[in-house]
Amino acid sequence: MKKWQGSSGEGEEGVMKGGGSEERTGIEMNVVSRDKVESMGSMEKLRFILDGVKSGNIVVLEGGLTAEEQMKLIELTMLEVDDSFTGIEISGYPARRGLLNLRKKTRLTIIGPAAKMKTIKKDKDLISAIISTT
Amino acid sequence: MSVRKRMRGALSRLIMALFFRKKSVKIGIYGPPNAGKTTLANRIIHTFVDDNEDMGVATEIPHETRRVIKREGVLIDLKRLILNSNSNINSNININISSSNRNRERGTRRSRGRARLMFDIVDTPGLATKIDFRDFMAYGMEEEEAKRRAKEATEGVIEAIKWLDDIDGVILLMDSTADPYTQTNVVIIGNMEARGIPVIIAANKIDLPDATPQRIINAFPQHRVVPISALKGDNMEELYEEMARVFR
Repeated sequence: MKKWQGSSGEGEEGVMKGGGSEERTGIEMNVVSRDKVESMGSMEKLRFILDGVKSGNIVVLEGGLTAEEQMKLIELTMLEVDDSFTGIEISGYPARRGLLNLRKKTRLTIIGPAAKMKTIKKDKDLISAIISTT
Repeated sequence: MSVRKRMRGALSRLIMALFFRKKSVKIGIYGPPNAGKTTLANRIIHTFVDDNEDMGVATEIPHETRRVIKREGVLIDLKRLILNSNSNINSNININISSSNRNRERGTRRSRGRARLMFDIVDTPGLATKIDFRDFMAYGMEEEEAKRRAKEATEGVIEAIKWLDDIDGVILLMDSTADPYTQTNVVIIGNMEARGIPVIIAANKIDLPDATPQRIINAFPQHRVVPISALKGDNMEELYEEMARVFR
């Protein structure tokens, strides 16, 4: 959870300073480009996601994760579940068939802490989720 | 997994299937918690092995099964079952199914009564992405017990995932009263497709008034979906026929 003040301007480490004095809280969201996702190895990617989510952030991956990577992520998550970290919420657009109908092309995956994010509706082109800031 | 690895995996499976057919195959029952996996495993054992034998305990509390349970040497023999007029089988269910499923249904009916399959049944803990001990406390458990169950449940999920490496076929069980389009279901199907492992989707709990198996059929049109009630035994014969056809 990040805190900032005001309605505009830039600050450091998630603190926004501007004209107003009202303190606001929010969730940090990391949107990772396809280039960055593809440059990482599988384990590096999963570690990056899990570290982000355990810090309370929402991680959005352009290009997404394969089904095998998602299964591995579930396995890694289970190793780290404890009283304070209850797991992840993961949602993604289904993969599209690629070249010669062999390779599946993933599209986008969004992962967040289970305690803060809940998917309420999902179909092949739409993900609706509630993100709690409390 | 690269395309080359997938091709190699599919090819080796094909060669194994053609020249080294196993006497017995391992069939895993997978799905989210509370889909009815243990109830289905118990139903199969009661029908084909022993009416007094249970694979596990089924309750309304999620993650009741927290260890993989295997039962070897189960023989599906519908010819013998029909001769014995087993009263558990009831296929007279009027279910509104899509045309593609109806066509496959006709093919299945042609072989009705002849299905035979020897297999090991593997009942697995429910796959989940989150496990909160506080959810168990809502069922009246003390905090310490709830925490212990949550810990065991996380280990169960890992064990179920590891078992995918040893499984020859999967029955993916879904709850017909719940939204089928969950990421867990999508991930299981995606993994089975990548490994070239055959999958049958069983749409369970069709005995409940708010069950809509058609939603599952619509969500996964590329897979065979068999609507069943593992608890009441509805439409089980069709599932056994499909298992014999797909997993042999």
